[in-house]
Amino acid sequence: MDRINESSGMKKLLGITGVLLAVFVLTAILEPNFLTAYNLQNTLRWTGLFGIISIGTAFVIITGGIDLSVGSVVGLVGVLLPMFLIGQQWSVPAALLAVLVVLLAIGLLHGILVTKLNLQPFVVTLCGLLFYRGVARWISGDQTQGFGAGFDSFRQLAIGRIPITESFGMPIPFALMVVIALLAAVLLNYTVWGRYMMALGHSEEAARFSGINTQHMVILAYVIGAATAGLGGVLFALDVNSVQPAVHGNFYELYAIAAAVLGGCSLRGGEGSLLGVVIGAAVLRLLYNAINILGIPTQLEFAIIGAVILVGVIADEVVRRIGVMRSVDS
Amino acid sequence: MRTSLAARGATPPGNDRMDSALIVAYGITKRFPGVLALREVTLSLSQGEVLAVIGENGAGKSTLMNILAGVQAPDAGHIVIDGEEVAISSPRHAMDLGIALIHQELSLLPNLSVGANMFLGREPHAAGVIRGRQIAQDAGAVLARIGLDVSPDTPVSRLSIGHRQLVEIARALSAEARILIMDEPTSSLSPAEAETLFEVITELKTRDVSIVYVSHRLGEVQALADRVVVLRDGETVGELEGDAIKRNAMVHLMVGRDVSYAYRGSPATPGNAVLKAQDLCTPAWPEHPLTLSLRAGEIVGLAGLVGSGRTGLLRVLFGVDPAMSGSIMICNEPVSLLHPRDAIAAGIALVPEDRGHQGLILEMAIRHNLTLSALWREGHFWGWLRKEWEAQVAADQIQDLGIKAPTDTRAVRILSGGNQQKVVIGKWLQIRPRLLLLDEPTRGIDVGAKEEIYRVMETLAQEGMAILFASSELEEILGLSDRVLVMHEGRITGELSGDGLSEEAIMHLATGQWTESTSPQA
Repeated sequence: MDRINESSGMKKLLGITGVLLAVFVLTAILEPNFLTAYNLQNTLRWTGLFGIISIGTAFVIITGGIDLSVGSVVGLVGVLLPMFLIGQQWSVPAALLAVLVVLLAIGLLHGILVTKLNLQPFVVTLCGLLFYRGVARWISGDQTQGFGAGFDSFRQLAIGRIPITESFGMPIPFALMVVIALLAAVLLNYTVWGRYMMALGHSEEAARFSGINTQHMVILAYVIGAATAGLGGVLFALDVNSVQPAVHGNFYELYAIAAAVLGGCSLRGGEGSLLGVVIGAAVLRLLYNAINILGIPTQLEFAIIGAVILVGVIADEVVRRIGVMRSVDS
Repeated sequence: MRTSLAARGATPPGNDRMDSALIVAYGITKRFPGVLALREVTLSLSQGEVLAVIGENGAGKSTLMNILAGVQAPDAGHIVIDGEEVAISSPRHAMDLGIALIHQELSLLPNLSVGANMFLGREPHAAGVIRGRQIAQDAGAVLARIGLDVSPDTPVSRLSIGHRQLVEIARALSAEARILIMDEPTSSLSPAEAETLFEVITELKTRDVSIVYVSHRLGEVQALADRVVVLRDGETVGELEGDAIKRNAMVHLMVGRDVSYAYRGSPATPGNAVLKAQDLCTPAWPEHPLTLSLRAGEIVGLAGLVGSGRTGLLRVLFGVDPAMSGSIMICNEPVSLLHPRDAIAAGIALVPEDRGHQGLILEMAIRHNLTLSALWREGHFWGWLRKEWEAQVAADQIQDLGIKAPTDTRAVRILSGGNQQKVVIGKWLQIRPRLLLLDEPTRGIDVGAKEEIYRVMETLAQEGMAILFASSELEEILGLSDRVLVMHEGRITGELSGDGLSEEAIMHLATGQWTESTSPQA
């Protein structure tokens, strides 16, 4: 009963799951080392990290917007967190709280500019992309930031594992992503706000005519987008422990958008499922891993990911047209 | 030619005028989904003639003009120009044949100059480089011919609407159009600009340019037209010529039909005041304050031509466009309507004009559309959706309103127009509004479903709801309303009820004094 009117969504989900399995099986056959615990743990960890930032992007896309600032927010947080902890000697909770305030401000700013001033989301978040990157480089003096040898227990959030068998543990970022994705799925599918976001993504005007405060819902989506980008930023920083302000997080917004689109979000808004987004992020990381482990030149990474997404959307369109032709015939 | 046509089973009408005509269209039929827009319409036009085509909204005038101008293709029928049958395939083809359509909504590009607009798409050029000086010369000559005193280099954005209209005409003339089709040309002109247009038309006549003039404004038609063709429900119902072109005769032909369904029985005595709006200024017509009131159990029709301000008034009452000034009382309590949710909180609902974009979320499930507007009030528990409640509400509305749907989990897009409209009404019933506003509630709906919508409106009124509905169909205005408010150019020009309520009376108020006072002295 909860999967109302989502037959096309189901098809997309099956399609992307099929791609995931195909890449997995193919890589495993071609290169047995793929199945080692070390490699799988790594891939899961990266899936978790990218999955988290993709979840927020999915909310923005579902409401008909776009968020290009994700990578720069990751960069900014990656600079701020070590500066708060090491430079200012703040405690971990205080530093996290400060980061959270910055993220809320960023999300509110995007949402307010898009709704109250009616600016285009692409432009607003493009300016965000440039602005936050510039700020991150400036406040850090372009110096590499890190946590040094300390904060070991804090860094476990990004690099730790929950032991499952003797040799295999579930990376904590992946577990975090699962929890966040579940919360997000509940928000989207079981609450009135999720329904409102879906509705206004399909038709802002009809949603407004139904009495929905569409502006608040759009602002909420941008806040969620900034929040997950920032949480991702915290984890990415803890993971690498050496944040280069000029490049840390570069292009991550594109991974996030790609994961959302692969997972069934329509850039026209109103469509998407969180399971799809998570699987989309997994496909991207799996492809990256396969390219590395199979000895395919890594320069080809973007080309391969681009080709996979393109084939995906073409297949989707073909399936849709066949569906339309069938319904016309009958 | 004639014999070959006859062999195909269609005989062109054969009187003297047809033989001398520049263009003859006959047997023109056009069908849209659910509507027969034109049925075997005949039209002829001689050189230097001004032919007016009149009819109510939805009579088929615009469709007929679009067919002549190549914008749409007829499903059946023949068009003969200079004695040769043609199939007009595109606006470009129509241009080549000498037919130009002056659009109701102007089609000039405001950022380009007057000259560039006039020669758009057929610029004189040498090896791809536009010959600007030649454009300026040729454009200047045509502009002088119609007495428009602007330089061809002026950007169109600096011109008034009236001058833009004249530039459109100049464009058509520079393309050597012999037939100008003008669709509601004065709808957005000031009286002075309209006057200039009439002079240009009179001048063009003497130069043997033929004009098809589509208008609601009977005063203009009476003054300008050599001949009038009246369309009603897609058919030619009459023709007037010369001295026979009189306002009353035209009104009679436009509306003269039997009302095909029973009038509403005498309403129960209306109850307490539900709506009192005082000196309400809408954003579209801020200079005309509107005052109206509605009582419980009343059905009030809002009549008027397209663009008369009916939709603007309903949008203000629903908080979509907040009022510029004035006050609104609902059940004697002042309310401030700045957003539809304020209106909903005050017990006001709107079934909007554009069902697909404003009334419904087409890709969402029927069930979710039905519950959307009541969700905040009763559909959640601390934000958590009450899905059993949703299923129950949807099932109830589907049954009460007789919505025909395979299952309420399918997208609302798959429903017919009538059933979609019932979903729009159903989604409002859940909030039990005190005032229901409807804008063109039966547009694009087939006859059977219309009747059902009427019955629903009547039942709701009997239960004590106040209903205000705007419609361009006089038939339903007359059949449903206890009272009728008529709007014209942003004003409420009259209120009709009881014996005073007739199609003629509405048409007179809806076409307004404006036309009377500014009609040319041709």
